[in-house]
Amino acid sequence: MAVVETRNLTKIFKAGELGAVNDVSLVTEEGEFLVFLGPSGSGKTTLLRMIAGLETPSSGEILIGGRVVNDLSPRERRIAMVFQSYALYPHLTVYKNIAFPLKAQGVPKAEHRPKVEWAAGLLGIGRLLDRKPRELSGGERQRVALARAIVREPAVFLLDEPLSNLDAKLRASAREELERFHESVRTTTIYVTHDQVEAMAMGDRIVVMNFGEVRQIGTPAEVYDEPADTFVATFLGSPPMNLVEKDDLIVGFRPEHFFPVTVLAGRAAVPEHLLPHDREGPYVPLGLRVTHEEYLGAERVVYGLIEGGPFQGKKVISRMPSTLVAHYAPDTVHAFAVTERQLKFYDRATGRRTATRLAPGAWR
Amino acid sequence: MKRQGASGQSPLLGIAMFAPAVLYIVLLIGVPFALAVLYAFSDARIGSTSFHLVGLENFRSILQSPSFRKALRNSIVFTLCAQAIVIVCSNILSIALEKPFRGRGFVRFLILLPWVAPVSLGTIGWKWILDSIYSVITWVLVTLHLFKPFNTPMWLGEPHLAMASVILVHCWRLIPFSTVIMLAGRSAISKEIPEAAAIDGAGFWRTTFQINLPMMTPILSVAVLFGIIFTFTDMTVVYILTAGGPYDSTQTLPSLAFATGIAGSDLAAGAAISLFLVPVLVLVAYGMLRLARRAEVV
Repeated sequence: MAVVETRNLTKIFKAGELGAVNDVSLVTEEGEFLVFLGPSGSGKTTLLRMIAGLETPSSGEILIGGRVVNDLSPRERRIAMVFQSYALYPHLTVYKNIAFPLKAQGVPKAEHRPKVEWAAGLLGIGRLLDRKPRELSGGERQRVALARAIVREPAVFLLDEPLSNLDAKLRASAREELERFHESVRTTTIYVTHDQVEAMAMGDRIVVMNFGEVRQIGTPAEVYDEPADTFVATFLGSPPMNLVEKDDLIVGFRPEHFFPVTVLAGRAAVPEHLLPHDREGPYVPLGLRVTHEEYLGAERVVYGLIEGGPFQGKKVISRMPSTLVAHYAPDTVHAFAVTERQLKFYDRATGRRTATRLAPGAWR
Repeated sequence: MKRQGASGQSPLLGIAMFAPAVLYIVLLIGVPFALAVLYAFSDARIGSTSFHLVGLENFRSILQSPSFRKALRNSIVFTLCAQAIVIVCSNILSIALEKPFRGRGFVRFLILLPWVAPVSLGTIGWKWILDSIYSVITWVLVTLHLFKPFNTPMWLGEPHLAMASVILVHCWRLIPFSTVIMLAGRSAISKEIPEAAAIDGAGFWRTTFQINLPMMTPILSVAVLFGIIFTFTDMTVVYILTAGGPYDSTQTLPSLAFATGIAGSDLAAGAAISLFLVPVLVLVAYGMLRLARRAEVV
């Protein structure tokens, strides 16, 4: 096991253009499951490939287990990687696929079978050893790729969107399996994804990236509840955080904290467990002119424009449990509110988080 | 629903559409082949109207002829050597041409040129390059003081050198074709697979021989099979460069068939010689059909 560290890591593919990865410094923890999350083109895969040794950094250092590995080839870095396409060797059987790293690294042949069987057993693919990759389903291929990665007992696992080729149902179970797998081996793992649900569910910490820069590193709760800038605020969460602008300030609040006043004030007869737990304290009333409503089964998403006040006409979204019986017809105005504590403030020029400004007149 | 159009008037239209292809095959391949078989069992000669079937007489006599045995051996040596060289060289070239570099398009174009040039013109060019007096190769070797001006190698005049020259020209002609096929095969391999091999700890040789080449086997076989057909049946290069000489040392089956049947007027013997190409070509064709059917797509 080992800690991965990057220091001011930069990758510029074309001189004069913005780098794919810019000045990224981060450190994993021992045995951590770290997720690189970002939209496509955010540099997360390039960053991973530099750590793997498949791309050469333009500047900066990569350390694995405290040793600078910039000049080491992938094979010398003691890493294992699972690719998005799994990159199984199509002409080799599952057994030979899994044994390939052992063979390539000169492990004595007598040790191959026990090790392959151990890895295959761990992932429950023992009965597939004689098959060729094309005879496997997507989920089975993914497990073979994982077995091939685990078999050499690497110091670090690198996973590049390993679930994105699976269908939705399989993805959920594969995610669970990956989590259990990490629980059992406890190897430092870096996982690249553009799927925020995967990131939130699996990550010990999440590195949110955009345009080659790290926007925030934190636990899932930190990046979701306290987004460091407007990009993180809108990238995480579905629907995204409401952001309304005034002067030099952007005020943000999550749709699930934006409720009818009656609910927040406790005037509506709503069972306690359905209410937002954090609703005590002063709240900020905002009129909402409903444009349309989506009923999603477990929840109801109401889209609308703010009516009156300094944010007149700004688009906002409210998301509430559908057990709160209410109907919001288009073009009706309702009294909504958000608890002051749930407001986040961002600088309009930089998009970065700024101090909370609740003084009357500061923004109301 | 009443079906209209093509399927309604199908018998006639279908036959009309199909006829040119059938006619082409029958007239240009079927008839000559049938004639060759017929002649091979006869005593047909150019300039004579007598025609008798003589059974296996032609085959018996050519099997006893040293020229024929030599030509058969040459054909095999020549095809195998050329193919071995072509496969190795085109593989190296395809690796070199795969990575992007400045001017790659131009280099690819240059490499493809020998394939697009007419065989006969290219070979005539080579004939000058290998000429006993004007050879540019000899000139270079003499200028470098590797040979004395009056004791130079006769590229086309000494049996082994002549064979080597013919093989060389064939390689020159086939390498572009083979390289293009290999490049296609290489680019069909997902980039992630060699990368996975690198991470798994495989070096250049292991990746080349245990990952890339096995994955390219199907397309490699296509290149080899085509190469065999082109080399085994070709007579242009031999005919122009050496006309089979010196002393039949570069004679191959096609050139011997031509020399015997057309130049030597013995149509029957020429036809019989050329029929010896058939078993090899049938095997190759069978191999290609099998490959086409199997074509393992990953």
